[in-house]
Amino acid sequence: MTTTMDEPAAGRAAAPPDGLPRLLPLVPGVPEDLGAHLARYGRPPYRGGPGLLIHGVKAAGLTGRGGAAFPVHRKVAIVAGARGRKVIVANGAESEPASRKDGLLLRAAPNLVLDGLQLAAEAIGASEAHLYLHPGFGPEIGHALSQRAAAGLDRLDVSITEAPPRFLAGQESALVNRLGGGPALPTFTPPRVSERGLGGAPTLVQNVETLAHLALIARYGPRWFRALGTAQEPGTMLATVYQADGISQVMEVEIGVPLSTLLASQPAAQALLIGGYHGTWLPMAQAASLTLDNATLNQRGAAVGAGVIAALPAGRCGLVEAARVARYLATESAGQCGPCLNGLPRMAAGLAELAGRGHRKQVRADLERWAGLVTRRGACNHPDGTARFVASALTVFAPEISVHARGHCSATNRTPFLPLLHGMPTTEDDWI
Amino acid sequence: MSGTTAFWYASRATGIVSLLLLTAVLVLGILVNRQGRLPGLPRFAVTSLHRNISLLAVAFIAVHVLTAVLDTYVNIPILSGVVPFASSYERGWLTLGAISFDIMLAMIITSLLRGRLNRVLWRGVHLLAYLCWPVAFAHSIGSSRDLQHGWLLDLSIACALMVAAAALWRLAHAARQLPRAARVAAILARHSPPTGTRGPARARERIAR
Amino acid sequence: MAETLRVNPINCTGHGVCAELLPELISLDEWGYPIIDPRPVPLALDLEARRTVAACPALALKLVRTEAPASVR
Repeated sequence: MTTTMDEPAAGRAAAPPDGLPRLLPLVPGVPEDLGAHLARYGRPPYRGGPGLLIHGVKAAGLTGRGGAAFPVHRKVAIVAGARGRKVIVANGAESEPASRKDGLLLRAAPNLVLDGLQLAAEAIGASEAHLYLHPGFGPEIGHALSQRAAAGLDRLDVSITEAPPRFLAGQESALVNRLGGGPALPTFTPPRVSERGLGGAPTLVQNVETLAHLALIARYGPRWFRALGTAQEPGTMLATVYQADGISQVMEVEIGVPLSTLLASQPAAQALLIGGYHGTWLPMAQAASLTLDNATLNQRGAAVGAGVIAALPAGRCGLVEAARVARYLATESAGQCGPCLNGLPRMAAGLAELAGRGHRKQVRADLERWAGLVTRRGACNHPDGTARFVASALTVFAPEISVHARGHCSATNRTPFLPLLHGMPTTEDDWI
Repeated sequence: MSGTTAFWYASRATGIVSLLLLTAVLVLGILVNRQGRLPGLPRFAVTSLHRNISLLAVAFIAVHVLTAVLDTYVNIPILSGVVPFASSYERGWLTLGAISFDIMLAMIITSLLRGRLNRVLWRGVHLLAYLCWPVAFAHSIGSSRDLQHGWLLDLSIACALMVAAAALWRLAHAARQLPRAARVAAILARHSPPTGTRGPARARERIAR
Repeated sequence: MAETLRVNPINCTGHGVCAELLPELISLDEWGYPIIDPRPVPLALDLEARRTVAACPALALKLVRTEAPASVR
């Protein structure tokens, strides 16, 4: 069962919403202001003390919607169980250029996110709440926060911190670094931020979509949450889907939905990128039969990730697209760890060579070796994700590599397809 | 020569040896930082020698101070080894000696406790080496007539030249080093295929961090 | 109690002293950075491993107790 922003669904306050949408507004394209939010969902149901919401979150089986799909109750329990001062951060820094879901959610349903932030803060006993956002959201969220303050909805003041437009800005330790006043650069773990985070305090970092789901679980309970989705990955999720004709939209879908229902059959697509730029390429023939859940995707070496599904049209060159993204990923390296610093630009250059006409014989072997060399050798998983992206591109576009080796290219359309940000970081200030 | 005792000779001798050892420690320290090697020796020898000779230097300086104190010809209080201005004899020059020894002790203690200390703190104290050596050198030349002429003067100057050369080498590297934010871009530029031709000559070097 | 060698890749500057001292568990990649055997250190190499950790000029190596199964992102 899916709905896009084009299909309305019914819903009333106090009665749990049946079907979709759950997070997205009832009237597509019309953000819900506080009045509409309260009419639809009511006030945030505070439990009266820390810890009480965690059972519900565990029973609901909520997994993180920030990319790692980690069971939310475990991270929450770790922070809740710690002693002393605790911090909560709503991570809205959607650093994946191809993903628009968090931005859309923050514009369309900020109050759900902010409810979730307050409820999770109560559950862990946080004394400090932050919202971490890319530039541009400040005024709207600030307005939402002051409306909520006037209505007396929030128990904790929320500080907003701006994230730099870096791919790693939303990474947990980079985020804590940034909140602490430093650059958005990852640090070595352990200790994880849930043990020692902002100012040394245990810090719960949750993606904004995860918090929105949590806000609904708090109202309607785990049974309701599990009414959609799969047994291991219940609920709905926001996906950014790129059709082969170039049109993209954010959809709220049930986890486990067949990919074929999300994608138009025409124009024809040659391959699917699943997860985002740390995700995996799959041949279209294989991908068409898969469902959008990690249990299925993991078997093919893929994962839901940031919820990006991009169908590469038949007339494009997959190598050129992959090379563009690989170059972006390389320039977004923090440059702190030797293997990443050395491996990622070499992989990007290697893919660029493959994307050209005629290349040296050993480039392909070099790329495969480098992808293996950088995996699990950095302080964060940027090299791992990049290696996964590159390695899957080498597999899926292998026939095209042979074509290019002979000096030709199958593509008929040379316009860039996958979205990228402009501007390479060059100075320390680019990371603040 | 009346009044000069074995203690006084020992203090002068250990002083000279200490200066040589400190010169070696500093040069070796720069070699460690630059990941340089000593011909014929494995990599860990450079690190090992740097650490061990620094401890040896401290031992020699301790004897150097002790024998100067024990010598009865001049009155040098034991505290003057670490406390500036504590000696009335050659107050200025001995003060320099105390200062450099204090820095040395701080460097060694922070290095022994390195795992528990803030990295920036360790680095900051260790950088004081560049202050420690010149101060020790000034103490040596100023307080010892031995070093002010003859072959000992030549030896002292040779030490100073070696330290200066090593320090310049270190500075040159620091000046050439790319800031973190620019390193990936540099590797990308070096390895990216120029448009229209086959790939670049493959280089196996790495950008040093 | 099993212990594993881990390197902090942010502090590591690729001196390569570790690979010299403990070639059984550490080798260098083509850029001079250590590739460390992820399995627990065999008892016979325990002393060597501790010496290697102490010898790292950047203090980037550490011996850690095997982590608890539930690792948090």
